Amino acid sequence: MASIAVDHTTTPRIGALHGLRRVGLVVAGIAVFWALWEGYRWFGETVGITWPFTVDATNMPHIHDMLHALTEPLQPGGPPLIQLEWHWALFTAKEAFLGFVIGGLVGFGLAVLLAHSVLLRRGLVPYIVVSQTVPILAVAPMVVVGLGTKGVTPWVSVSVIAAYLTFFPVAMNTLRGLLSPKPRDLELMRSYAADRRSMLWKLRMPASLPFVFSALKISATASVIGAIIGETPASIQDGLGGAIVNFNQYYATGPERLWATNIICAALGFAFFGAVVVVEHFVLRRAPEHLV
Amino acid sequence: MNERPAVSIQGVSKHFKAGVTALSGIDLDVRPQEFISLIGPSGCGKSTLLRIIGDLIDPSEGVVEVNGKPASQARRDHDYGIVFQEAVLYDWRTVSKNIALPLELLRWGREKRTQRVNEMLRLVELEGFEDRRPWELSGGMQQRVAIARALSFDPSLLLMDEPFGALDEMTRERLNMELLRIWEASGSTIVFVTHSIAEAVFLSTRVVVMSPRPGQIADLVDIDLPYPRTAETREEPRFFELVTGVRERLAGRGAQVEPELLEDAT
Repeated sequence: MASIAVDHTTTPRIGALHGLRRVGLVVAGIAVFWALWEGYRWFGETVGITWPFTVDATNMPHIHDMLHALTEPLQPGGPPLIQLEWHWALFTAKEAFLGFVIGGLVGFGLAVLLAHSVLLRRGLVPYIVVSQTVPILAVAPMVVVGLGTKGVTPWVSVSVIAAYLTFFPVAMNTLRGLLSPKPRDLELMRSYAADRRSMLWKLRMPASLPFVFSALKISATASVIGAIIGETPASIQDGLGGAIVNFNQYYATGPERLWATNIICAALGFAFFGAVVVVEHFVLRRAPEHLV
Repeated sequence: MNERPAVSIQGVSKHFKAGVTALSGIDLDVRPQEFISLIGPSGCGKSTLLRIIGDLIDPSEGVVEVNGKPASQARRDHDYGIVFQEAVLYDWRTVSKNIALPLELLRWGREKRTQRVNEMLRLVELEGFEDRRPWELSGGMQQRVAIARALSFDPSLLLMDEPFGALDEMTRERLNMELLRIWEASGSTIVFVTHSIAEAVFLSTRVVVMSPRPGQIADLVDIDLPYPRTAETREEPRFFELVTGVRERLAGRGAQVEPELLEDAT
């Protein structure tokens, strides 16, 4: 009986070779992007492209100049820019992480609530969608000022703004996941006379996890963006958002600094994304075709 | 026999919204420890009848009693285990955890659970696969897990809805024998829905022949083949007579008997 073949090819474990290939792909992707950037700049300068923007050293600094800017001190005798960026990134990461956690919890809780009642779904989902059509730039100052009068530290207000961007994908995807069990899955539970709580804990929640993780991946980067944007109206100088505003003012004299900061922002977003992927890998053990 | 029936169905009908009558005037008593098969073409309402017995859907008319209780009470009392055509295993659970699911819902202690799961793994011959995930198993193995899960909490009644319908012939025949062995060991009552005449005859003490539109009981056939039934049983003349008998009763009801049903038994 035990001789029946087990299909190992479907096991979702990523082999070492597979991992290596992935790294290779990422490196190749960066190389291609680099070549396109420098190629376009060279071509644009040679031919004199002025649309949609003038191609010159100000608008498109060399990538190696951006990286070089990271090693230079901002002021004579000061630490190299990368060291400052590191502190700003940590600060923004703190805001983003808190926002990610708040948004994730709120989104998940909201989804559980909505999963219980069609009426609630009909009534609430439109408003949740509308909440996301309001520009974050319009909401951010209100949140910072509003919470500030209640004595909330500015960086926590920024987290709330990050949470505002985070909760939505989590709520929508989790809801979809909670409602994903098929009629047979539900019938099985019914045959055991399972109550609502067991239904939620033993069926709906585990079934929703792949959906939750795909949402968390979106939210991971969204929370970083939320934090960066939130710093602007809060006039916070200690994070990447503050640095962007600052470098933007001196763009004409040092464009590579702004670009270097952009690279750091992207790296931070990528780190958040990667962290979710790693957690997902350990938490989710699903049939490959069921992963969303 | 004055024994209380394991399942008692009285005057059950089922109408669906679209005006379709799936079942009409079903009366049937299933004796304790009986292995009874419902057979009939698609649309004869055999799966619907099984679901009504299991209180997964309500009858439009009539009453179903399981162990002398209304079906809804029997469901709440965990009187039956159910096996569907698909194994319906939860992806995020290992084989062991899938088998333990009803035990968790019944709030069995961890030790008792582990012990029972191990017994079940032995019963369906899946020792060594306890930590596998469902998708790593073949269809036949998945179905054995589903059977182990249904039997884990010792229900007196086992409801099976074409459990082997999606399996190949060889796996199906082997699982048929295993099911008989399990049935004889557990002493439970089985209501079994199938498309296959040979399967129904091989397994059952009685075969309920159903006809479609509306679903009705066309005939009851007693299967007097002695137990234990083995691979040789399938080659006995009496087996063929009974298969032929059931086939004629299916065809005899005029209506539309699907050709697949007739081919199945050969």
